[in-house]
Amino acid sequence: MEFLVIQSLNGLASASSLFLVASGLSIIFGVTRIVNFAHGSFYMLGAYIAVTIIAAIGGQDALGFWTGILLAALIVALIGALVEVVILRRIYAAPELFQLLATFGVVLMIQDITLAIWGPEDKLGPRAPGFRSFVMIMGSRFPSYELFLIVVGPVVLLALWLLFNRTRWGTLVRAATLDREMVGALGVNQRLLFTSVFMFGSFLAGLGGALQLPREAVTLHMDLAMITEVFVVVVVGGLGSITGAYLAAVLIGLVHAFGIVLFPKSTLVLAFLVMAIVLVVKPYGLLGRKPSGHAARGQAIPEPLLSPADRPTKLLGAAVLAVLILLPPFLGDYGVTFMTELVIFALFAASLHFVMGPGGMHSFGHAAYFGLGAYGAALAVQWLAAPMAVGLLISPLAAGLAGLLFGWFCVRLSGVYLAMLTLAFAQIAWATAFQWVEITGGDNGILGVWPSEWAKPKLVYFYLALALAGAGIMALRHLIFSPFGFALRASRDALLRAEATGLNVQQLQWAGFTIAAVLAGLAGGLFAFFKGSVFPTYLSIPKSVDALLMVLLGGVQTVSGPIAGAFVFAGLEEQLVRITAYWRFVLGLIIVLLVMLFPKGLAGSVLAWRERQSGDRS
Amino acid sequence: MSVVLEVSGLSKSFGGVQAVDGVSFAVSAGELLALIGPNGAGKTTCFNMLNGQLKPDSGEVALAGRRITGLPPRVVARSGVGRTFQITATYGSMSVRENVQTALIAGHHGEWSLMGKATDKHQAEADALLDLVGMRDQAARACGVLAYGDLKRVELAVALANEPRLLLMDEPTAGMAPNERIALMDLAAEIAKSRSIAVLFTEHDMDVVFQHADRVIVLDRGKLIAEGTAPEVRANPQVQAVYLGTGTTYGAAG
Repeated sequence: MEFLVIQSLNGLASASSLFLVASGLSIIFGVTRIVNFAHGSFYMLGAYIAVTIIAAIGGQDALGFWTGILLAALIVALIGALVEVVILRRIYAAPELFQLLATFGVVLMIQDITLAIWGPEDKLGPRAPGFRSFVMIMGSRFPSYELFLIVVGPVVLLALWLLFNRTRWGTLVRAATLDREMVGALGVNQRLLFTSVFMFGSFLAGLGGALQLPREAVTLHMDLAMITEVFVVVVVGGLGSITGAYLAAVLIGLVHAFGIVLFPKSTLVLAFLVMAIVLVVKPYGLLGRKPSGHAARGQAIPEPLLSPADRPTKLLGAAVLAVLILLPPFLGDYGVTFMTELVIFALFAASLHFVMGPGGMHSFGHAAYFGLGAYGAALAVQWLAAPMAVGLLISPLAAGLAGLLFGWFCVRLSGVYLAMLTLAFAQIAWATAFQWVEITGGDNGILGVWPSEWAKPKLVYFYLALALAGAGIMALRHLIFSPFGFALRASRDALLRAEATGLNVQQLQWAGFTIAAVLAGLAGGLFAFFKGSVFPTYLSIPKSVDALLMVLLGGVQTVSGPIAGAFVFAGLEEQLVRITAYWRFVLGLIIVLLVMLFPKGLAGSVLAWRERQSGDRS
Repeated sequence: MSVVLEVSGLSKSFGGVQAVDGVSFAVSAGELLALIGPNGAGKTTCFNMLNGQLKPDSGEVALAGRRITGLPPRVVARSGVGRTFQITATYGSMSVRENVQTALIAGHHGEWSLMGKATDKHQAEADALLDLVGMRDQAARACGVLAYGDLKRVELAVALANEPRLLLMDEPTAGMAPNERIALMDLAAEIAKSRSIAVLFTEHDMDVVFQHADRVIVLDRGKLIAEGTAPEVRANPQVQAVYLGTGTTYGAAG
């Protein structure tokens, strides 16, 4: 009984800050339809800024402490406004995946800015004046600050309710959440509304971060840790629903509090499992509604014709292949290693393109299949002493099985919900690799995953990778133009029409999802033997974003795009890491600029340019 | 003539609204039946139940004597029902010919084939269909750039691809210029007669209805209020009341 009460209180306390951040994200999404990846970064900034301000104004007394907290949240609100005005305002019309990507660029930039200002060491904030003692609850000492936090959640919920139901601004926000075009047509200044909403959401995130000070150390990893949990909360609660966010925050908080005691190895998995279950039963969250109005109307950008490569593209492809075959013997070890990585990434990117482009399913967790392929191979080597050939067979198989399982859930959703579900599944896979130390070695990974004797020379392994990755890419290209590929694309282009001609859209998409997983798994297997080791980072969000960047750099709407994108991205990252310690900032900046300047991707822009050229001639 | 579609006692309610209430009718091979009624009469709900997009609360739908009530759209399509949508739905990233080819691939159960190129499949059949609807010369164009009337023709070709026994057309001429409307419905009627396809269509344009429909059924507030040839329906006082009003709203009788 005592255990139940104490853990429930713990769960409620952590639910409050989760709720603050999640409600901010939810409000922003409701109005702007942008899932703001950088929301976790605002949370982190809130904590860092609060540390600095409280130290500066000497927050030992209550006045100084609470002023510091509030000031920090206000500063974060201003930073949010800046981000909205400078970046997001320009991409409201872009496809949702580009928006998600741009905000991830902001995450990278803020990470490095924070590192530059506050340094890599963890910071400890002061304890809250007046809440430094303990309260005795059923014979246990319970921090009074935790009790304070438990109260904060419902109080903020009530305040938000009053704000949205009793003020003009709140009414406008609710109206815009339902139908922003109509609100615009009624003469409301949309820019001001959007900016103010973004500020307000950022304020809540900053407040959530600042209030965490007395509870835990402030670290550079707070942002991504928080944002994944917040995604879970928002999706479980229903995007755009504040009450839903609170219910979900409590649910996730409790799952955490009890999970950490009962299944200490699987806390992360538990939270994501809850999310997966909720999404399957209620696809739009506990209190969410099926998107309608402007969300359902979508962008009326006509899809360009997808046609097989024309002569110039084929010639270019042949030239690239010739270079890939002929050049490496003349390169040193470093060059060969770099090119091996390039071809493996090209296959990874091509597999993501298959599911996103022709498949029309926006996966934000494609690294899951890459990583599971790598782990499949590594585990076979480690525990079954399998040779490389067997390992490379197991990789696509393992990833394919995961694709079959996860895909079954994913094809039941679409759009941003699908993106978040794929992300959740990727996080489950990551958490399993990270926490199941006995089998996977946890953070230390699995070492000694080396190729067979004959493939050990770097040049030989390069040709092996080139052959397998090349075959995989050719197979995907072939599939895109096969009857199956056409049926898949038909399902994406016009779902009702496809069904009305007898196509089983869900099954087609399920198959497409699985095929993409299989080939990502092959890429992962190749990568494992190439590096000689596997780590949980292979399944992590940044890895998924890498693949997304490659595809979006190249352009989703072209077949050759992702390969070009993989080459550009891998080269870029390699150079950046060598040139500057702040490569994340530069990469983030490049992402943001790319999304703003080339919403069609590099290959897409080249295509559009060529179309314009030929259009001028005719 | 043989009965292709037989509907009996079809009902559907949304919350407290009885959208379709005990509707029964039949369409024979080669016959064009128009389903008309004012806005909100339940035409589209009725249509979506025939096609399988909505499950009826009660009632039966039979296609050539076989019960298809409540089956999903793809199964209904496979049993010989083609349909066009009120807002044209074509595959935007494909050319006109590829649109028809994809429909033919589905019609021949070829969508799971991983071998060969889709553009090599059923070329002759696709061209024949495009000839039929007069779109052969635009076969290579992208669907995304077509004029609306042409898009409707492509959709007709797609709907005809799996040789349906029944063709459902939801507002086939909505959004078209008057002369285009007549041309499209002439085409549909001709195809229906020559291939003995039963056609059920909803329509707001009464010129189109009275010129092309063999028979007309009238829906009002979910109920079937009249059925007959065009002149009969036109002369029906209840239909006139529904469409023109009786004046009772403003009179003392209300």
